Amino acid sequence: MIEQLYLLPLFPLLGFLFLALAGGRLARPVIAWTGCGSVGVCALLSALIGAAYLRGGMEPCRVAAGSWLAVDDLSLPFGFYLDALSLTMLLVVTGVGWLIHLYSSGFMADDADYARFFAYMNLFVSAMLLLVLADNLALLYMGWEGVGLSSYLLIGFWYQNPDNGHAARKAFVMTRVGDTALLLGLLLLFTRLHTLDIPALQALAAEHWRPGSLLPVAASALLLGGAVGKSAQLPLQSWLPDAMAGPTPVSALIHAATMVTAGIYLIARMHGLFVLAPQVQFAVALIGATTLLLAGFSALAQTDIKRILAYSTISQIGYMFLALGVGAWSAAIFHLLTHAFFKALLFLAAGAVIFCFHHEHDIFRMGGLRRKLPVAFWSFVVGCAALAGLPFTAGFYSKHQILLAVFAVSPVLWAAACFGAALTGFYSFRLLFVAFFGPENRETVTGMDWRMRTPLLLLCLLALGGALLRIPLASVFPLLPAKPEPGVFDPLNLVSLLAPFAGVLLAAWRYLGAAQAAQALAAKPWFKGLRQFWLDGWGFDRLYDRLWLRPFQFIAEINKNDVIDREYAAIARLCMRLHAMLGASQTGKVRRYAAVMGFGAAAIIAIGLLS
Amino acid sequence: MMLAMLIGILFAGGLAAWFCERLHPAAPARVALTALAFDAVLLFMLYPLAADNSAWIADLKWQWIPRFGIGFHLAMDGVSLLLVTLAVLLGCVAVGCARTEIRHRQGFFYFNLLFCLAGAVGVFLAMDLFLFFFCWELMLAPMYFLIGIWGHEDSIRAAIKFFIFTQVGGLLMLLAIVALALIYHADTGRYSFDYFDLLHATPDPHTAFLLMLGFFVAFSVKLPAIPFHAWLPDAHTQAPTAGSVILAGVMLKTGAYGLLRFTVPLFPDAAQQFAPVAMTLGAISVLYGAVMAYAQSDLKRLIAYTSISHMGFMLLGIFSLNLAALQGSVVTMLAHGFSAAALFMIAGALQERLHTREMGKMGGLWPLAPRLSAITLFFAIASLGLPGLGNFIGEFLVLLGTFKVNAGLTALTALVLILAPAYALLIVRKTLHGPLSEARQCADFGSRQLLALAILMLATLCLGLHPQPVLDLAQPSLLRILQAMPPET
Repeated sequence: MIEQLYLLPLFPLLGFLFLALAGGRLARPVIAWTGCGSVGVCALLSALIGAAYLRGGMEPCRVAAGSWLAVDDLSLPFGFYLDALSLTMLLVVTGVGWLIHLYSSGFMADDADYARFFAYMNLFVSAMLLLVLADNLALLYMGWEGVGLSSYLLIGFWYQNPDNGHAARKAFVMTRVGDTALLLGLLLLFTRLHTLDIPALQALAAEHWRPGSLLPVAASALLLGGAVGKSAQLPLQSWLPDAMAGPTPVSALIHAATMVTAGIYLIARMHGLFVLAPQVQFAVALIGATTLLLAGFSALAQTDIKRILAYSTISQIGYMFLALGVGAWSAAIFHLLTHAFFKALLFLAAGAVIFCFHHEHDIFRMGGLRRKLPVAFWSFVVGCAALAGLPFTAGFYSKHQILLAVFAVSPVLWAAACFGAALTGFYSFRLLFVAFFGPENRETVTGMDWRMRTPLLLLCLLALGGALLRIPLASVFPLLPAKPEPGVFDPLNLVSLLAPFAGVLLAAWRYLGAAQAAQALAAKPWFKGLRQFWLDGWGFDRLYDRLWLRPFQFIAEINKNDVIDREYAAIARLCMRLHAMLGASQTGKVRRYAAVMGFGAAAIIAIGLLS
Repeated sequence: MMLAMLIGILFAGGLAAWFCERLHPAAPARVALTALAFDAVLLFMLYPLAADNSAWIADLKWQWIPRFGIGFHLAMDGVSLLLVTLAVLLGCVAVGCARTEIRHRQGFFYFNLLFCLAGAVGVFLAMDLFLFFFCWELMLAPMYFLIGIWGHEDSIRAAIKFFIFTQVGGLLMLLAIVALALIYHADTGRYSFDYFDLLHATPDPHTAFLLMLGFFVAFSVKLPAIPFHAWLPDAHTQAPTAGSVILAGVMLKTGAYGLLRFTVPLFPDAAQQFAPVAMTLGAISVLYGAVMAYAQSDLKRLIAYTSISHMGFMLLGIFSLNLAALQGSVVTMLAHGFSAAALFMIAGALQERLHTREMGKMGGLWPLAPRLSAITLFFAIASLGLPGLGNFIGEFLVLLGTFKVNAGLTALTALVLILAPAYALLIVRKTLHGPLSEARQCADFGSRQLLALAILMLATLCLGLHPQPVLDLAQPSLLRILQAMPPET
């Protein structure tokens, strides 16, 4: 069964080709069946492969499906690699991906470009599977760029609106900054170790490189650059909120559940290199902690339902970075898994609200949706609880594990993470309370059909019980040094446990009760300024605009006519000038010609005699 | 014999096309296509000969002017086989897109087109430097006419600019060729212009450097590299579509081929000494071309500057002087040939339909012409170097090879990966996306254009996913070049 691994990226690719080539002529049901079917077959196949893998004693397995290229000492096969880590990613991508495809078939039912949408979605799944299954970094890079392309295409799916196009290009170019670092990392690794095969690379690195020396630090820092760009972490995070311009299922699939976690996957996959560079690993933790706080504050100030979720994604990925940074590899992947469930759920539920409300995004113009949209409401309750990490949800188990692991390394980072957990509780329940409680504001509501309800229901179950689906990762990662599990009433445990509740209670006090003090605070001018600052995502867009974009555009614009070309034009002008001067001497007057000839002859004779 | 036929058929076809015009207005195009088809058949017969992995696939040597040791010497190795194939393929594509665009003096048009191709094929095959120079000049005049007669509003100026630039480069090369032959004469007492003889000429290091520069300038004008690129944007903007396809797809490659075949092997020491400068020029071309492309509002000008950017990769790769980088240059030659030809075809098609090249006046074409739009998207993405498509393989291998030699310069060049999406997506934004500016008509591609572009797409995909046959074909010739290099100091 496992030998069929190479079929996984192939099915969605065939779906893409079919839809791209014949899409315009197909009936809608055929399109939906092709689009969902190719991913569905993938999900089924990966479940079978997963079962075979787990039964087969969890031995890592390789499947080569031909050679891509071989030059000199470089040889890149189309090789696929399956271990517990890639299996986890595989199940997330195909499982959650399939649910989102199903949901999309209802959500996009009225869109004119049905076929194009499913074609792009299938292309994305194919590239993502290539990314997680690749056994060498070059193939991984191919998937990495492929998901970036599909992300660009899908963010700008509604291309008539130039703002969507701008968001799409921003996402592509900003992640390409990270990708460039990744590619350089690849080149560095290859130049020094002469292979790009992932397991071999890490074995060689461990053998030849001293921990903390320049080469592993440089290589892992470059890889980190790639991860930071793709996973929207500081300083390349500002593309993700704008990426919400795409259709909501796209945000759920690409910008919450799968693609943005590719950076986590990359670092976890290359953990053998990162442990050789403790400085970089610490930087990973630091980036994670900072990002999770910055994004948490930004999420507090948003009013657009999708932007709140986008910032919460950045913040949750920050947790995963933090976990990677402190060496809690499997906790990071665990959180990746549960996050995929509950964040996909939240986005799909948000999509349901937006769908039923005719593209209304502002939570303050919703209100009282509890009775009108019970399915969406309960999905949000489950999703927000899991996002905040309340006990007995999947999000709780994974986040709690991260907090405990962080404490073992650095109490300061732990405090930041706990504060972040409180923030998470606050902004997630703020969303819930504002949108679903309170007075009813709007009338018009359309219903949703089973294709949208079923995925919501299944994802609700996964967001609650998804922690059970965890695949043991002990075979992949080095074990953390054993430490005693803190008791239930251990202060460390209690603080980690209760932090989200603090946020939830604060949100309830502020948005359910009539909190005079909070309103008074909100009216203060300095608070308004701060709020605006958070709303704009800490001003990163403005900074980058001034720092990079405008100088670049300025330089490009002033040199539009090519300064080098002007030098050649000057030569041409000089020739014309000389031509005019010599031409002026041609007067047609015989007297003058004779005189010049005479003088010329005299001058030549004089030179001849005198020299 | 087959090699001479490759060139001869194109000459004969060109003459026949000119005379056929009086029989039927559509006859010249058919004659041209037939001639190219005959060449394609010959190439098919040559491919099996390449299988035995030796450097030279075919060799042909006739006397021409024995007094000066000038011979009609043609030979083909893997690299030239690939490039001749590219020339013939793009020739067919060019004929395909000229059929709707060219309406007057068709016979003379196809005469020029085929002579231009014959010259290019001659350049790729000539192993006698005099013959090489002859073919080099032979490409020029027909292209001058193609731009000047069938070009757009400012075509005469662009044609003259093109002619003068290449001519100055050619003059330097002629001087270098004659000097090299004289040095050979001084060494051995007999004249020869034969490539394999001149490989053994022993100019003193200083002279060798100057002669190398002569060749280098000639080829980098053609390439073109910064700062000799100024002719290219004008020539491309003004040329008819078929001219642009041949210019970008075939003629620019003669510059890269010349560097690979003559500049480096004839003067290995001087080339190695000069390599840092050449690589820097390559890196600057890559970045400068990308920034300039971003600034353009004329679609054809934009594509012309992207060509400069991609050609910079070739220069960088060739002077990195290791196998990966050389292979990367060869792949880039082919991949850029496909993608640039396709983009120029698209630009030409848009100009034909919308009567403008200004991207500001386009926009929102996707719903009107979905096939045209999807193909534009494909080639825009190919030119920004997405893995899985041909251009990526070339750029990746060049960067890989360069990294071994000069990591800092590679990192600098890699910045183009950020700039390339900026210009490539600009094409998508300004032509395909956005609201429809006014009620306008834009017919989608017809089946003939679709076929031509489908071939180019398929070729780009093959090159991106399975480049190994191309790499294997080029390998023996590239290894031969590297073996002749002085050992690293």
